[in-house]
Amino acid sequence: MWDLFERIVFFVVVQLFEIDALRLLILKNENCRRFKNLMAVHKFLPNSDEEITRTMLEKLGLRNLDDLFADIPESVRLRRPMNIPDALSEIELEKRVSEKLSRNKAAPEFLNFIGGGNWNHHVPSVIDEILSRSEFYTAYTPYQPEISQGMLQALFEYQSQMCDLTSMDVANSSMYDWSSGLGEAGRMAQRVTGRTKIVASSAASPERLGVLETYCEPAGISVTRTKFNSAGETDLDFIYSNLDDSTAAVYIENPNFLGVIERSAEDIARNCHKHGALLIVGVNPMSLGIMRSPGSYGADIVVGDGQPLGLYPNFGGPLMGIFATRSEPTLLRQMPGRLIGMTESKIGSERGYTMVLQTREQHIRREHATSNICTNESLFALAVSIYLSIMGPAGMKEIGERIVANSRYALKRLVEEGLSAPHFGGKFFGDVSLKSKPNSIDLSKSLVSYGILGGLPLGRFYSELKYISLFSFNEVHSVDDIERLISALKSVDSKIA
Amino acid sequence: MLKELSRKGRRAYSLPELDERVRDSMGDIYHELPESMLRDSPPNLPELSEPEIVRHFVRLSQMNFAIDLGMYPLGSCTMKYNPKVSQRIARNPKMANLHPYQDESTVQGTLEILFELGEILSEIAGMDRFSLAPAAGAQGEYVGALIIRNYLRDNKFTGKDEMLVPDSAHGTNPASAAMAGFKVVKIPSSDDGIVTAEAVVSKITDRTAGMMLTVPSTLGIFEREIVEVAKIIHEENGLMYYDGANMNALLGRVRPGDMGFDVIHINVHKTFATPHGGGGPGAGPVGVKAELQDYLPVPLISKTGDSYHLDYKSSKSIGFIKSFYGNSAVLLRAYCYILSLGKEGLKTVSEQAVLASNYLLSLLDGDSYSTPYSPKTPRKHEFVVSSSPLKKRYGVSAGDVAKTILDHGMHSPTIYFPLIVAEALMIEPTESEPLENLESYAQVLNEIAKLAAVEKESVLASPKNTSIGRLDEYKASHPNTMILNWNSVPASRNQS
Repeated sequence: MWDLFERIVFFVVVQLFEIDALRLLILKNENCRRFKNLMAVHKFLPNSDEEITRTMLEKLGLRNLDDLFADIPESVRLRRPMNIPDALSEIELEKRVSEKLSRNKAAPEFLNFIGGGNWNHHVPSVIDEILSRSEFYTAYTPYQPEISQGMLQALFEYQSQMCDLTSMDVANSSMYDWSSGLGEAGRMAQRVTGRTKIVASSAASPERLGVLETYCEPAGISVTRTKFNSAGETDLDFIYSNLDDSTAAVYIENPNFLGVIERSAEDIARNCHKHGALLIVGVNPMSLGIMRSPGSYGADIVVGDGQPLGLYPNFGGPLMGIFATRSEPTLLRQMPGRLIGMTESKIGSERGYTMVLQTREQHIRREHATSNICTNESLFALAVSIYLSIMGPAGMKEIGERIVANSRYALKRLVEEGLSAPHFGGKFFGDVSLKSKPNSIDLSKSLVSYGILGGLPLGRFYSELKYISLFSFNEVHSVDDIERLISALKSVDSKIA
Repeated sequence: MLKELSRKGRRAYSLPELDERVRDSMGDIYHELPESMLRDSPPNLPELSEPEIVRHFVRLSQMNFAIDLGMYPLGSCTMKYNPKVSQRIARNPKMANLHPYQDESTVQGTLEILFELGEILSEIAGMDRFSLAPAAGAQGEYVGALIIRNYLRDNKFTGKDEMLVPDSAHGTNPASAAMAGFKVVKIPSSDDGIVTAEAVVSKITDRTAGMMLTVPSTLGIFEREIVEVAKIIHEENGLMYYDGANMNALLGRVRPGDMGFDVIHINVHKTFATPHGGGGPGAGPVGVKAELQDYLPVPLISKTGDSYHLDYKSSKSIGFIKSFYGNSAVLLRAYCYILSLGKEGLKTVSEQAVLASNYLLSLLDGDSYSTPYSPKTPRKHEFVVSSSPLKKRYGVSAGDVAKTILDHGMHSPTIYFPLIVAEALMIEPTESEPLENLESYAQVLNEIAKLAAVEKESVLASPKNTSIGRLDEYKASHPNTMILNWNSVPASRNQS
């Protein structure tokens, strides 16, 4: 009785004086009492209110939540709270993370001239808008095609566009990235040819070749790395002296990791096929508006990264692995990854899309699958499809031309200012090689104070290229940006001299 | 299709005018490129304007079901709510524009977050060190299997080439083990739906390298003999691999490391609420016990004083597994999710997920949907029922039930998995579903059972309210009718 009276008095006081703080305090105390044996209500958890939880437990004939975990052996139960932070409100979380991220240096405040498999190209606004639609980004793999036609059609269209761009017959709906696509390509070459030797150009990214080895070694596949010449091109003699009837595949990149275009790609393809080996080509798809497509010079498998086509760099992930091949049944059957096909509804023969050839995949074939891949990068295949829709044939050509033009202008200015460029004699797409007085890693450190990120220090990957950097130019760089880089380079170089 | 919308001359891109200083200094840029390597004609891509593109893709989005639209209880996929704050944080230009090859001094903020995430995951999982490199769960499994193989090899445990995998395992387990060079040995589930010590003893040999196991199993049952199973494997010098796909059941209650697991991957796009993007991206960080940490892929993130580095030094490492360092933008979202819930909140997550799953199971008509394997044992985050009674009585399959659910604005369960249950419906409601939705879902399933009895044709003809009816899957994959590319669409199938 007294308790009730006390509550009424409190209530009246609170209402009269509108003492919100007091009201909150009372509520908080009540909460403490109510949830002592249960848990706190959380905004993501609709049933975490005590009443609801109790209703559910009662329906199950259980006394408390612990009953649901009674079968966990006593000896291994965690009997203390996890030693991780307490919950943060949205306000605190955003503050904490943005404080941490503010220690990073990135575009647009900094100019970025780094390439090497990930580029700071312009991302059209349409991509941000469409990728923010949670109908796409909060869906799972389209296991029920009738309610996933949107993503399935987008992936089918991505596959088609990628085939148009690379001149291949079949593209899968994505791999994790260029590297893992390459690893899978190596294993596929072994399954197709029954051979266990891969010859790979060392002008390809050393990290990607590392991934290739990690994927191939357990399958008993050896990877021989070739040399490159002073032009920055793959040494053909080395490739041909290692290419024979026991070779499963040759791997080259175009443009390669040194930025140079492999002029002899068609010749390499011919020689591969003469020996019954496959040619795997890693490609920067951004170059394909003006450069020859791998399919047109005889590639059997094309890998690469969709990142330049509409994805932010995101510190290197997530990316989007391109994987395309020709339509011969021997290749198609051995292909890894998810494929989307066009079909019809059973009633009415309406056009529809669904996952196909699933009998290659792990959820059906288990240890006999062509790959273990399940989750891929579908959302970014969608992004690439939007990007290629935006650019079209004219846009891909014009952006390719712009990259060539800007990089040639930069080279001309570097030469005019007495800097040592290009280091490699081969023809390049958008990456200018520069020899600097400081070693390449120190050079990139020094440029940070000029508001510049880059170039790519090749010394990080090749001991013999300690003083060589690659500067990657693209459509976002204005002449003023390029001039800022040139004057910073001059200044850094002159300090060493 | 985009291709059918295309009209020559339309464009949706804009580039800055070519600067005259660039133009004046250049001749024909094509002379700058090797002639043999020039493209004959531009790629045959569709040509559209911006409004058409936006309408096309927005329309496609309206033909796609997602967790933001309704209940999505795909078993073993943990389709929980994806917090919006994580999305906003990940759009920060200091994350989105960060290049992986920037100088280390310019990426300290992100390295710090990733380092902290590794520490947090270690504590949650009871492991000692995490690599954040793997792009997805399956890649994590492959990494884990390689770590086991290399560790055994380095420690002179030779001839160990068999990996034990239960018959209820996710398909990725045997596929990953096989990719790493192991022979897969299947362990049958007991009548109670668990892996018993006895079953392991009957299959273990001196060739056993280890065992890959998800706990709780894909039946949603906790492996109550796990401590003995781990002991048996360890006594044979094998290692225990934990498939973290089902970790949403156990947060704060029991840790894989304490159960005897040596290597683990976590699907952050499941347990830690990062959006799955209609099939990806995900991330599959791998954690190990101290004696295995040198085997993790390179680079690891290390801390010296107040600064963070990418560490490539380990000589025992399995090597590179991925371009750059991992799906950092996904991992950032997982970090945000974990901090949004905190230590108590994460425990509540698992409690609520398990409660929801048992609650939903209790509402199902047991006469139509039977519960195989120890029906009295509480399930964890997911459960499996069999619609065999409907198949036997009316000829209505699990697939038919699934298609009918779609007509109610809900996603169907995972079907025909695990393989050890006939007509399996594998249901994982997650902690995100309000009680009312759990009740509606049960009601829909129960009504479908009734409908099967009185109007079977209606069930077989479903779905009717979706953007398209049932698809011809046979035609889709048949070599004579398969279409993988818009250039191979026969003229008879063209539509405007």
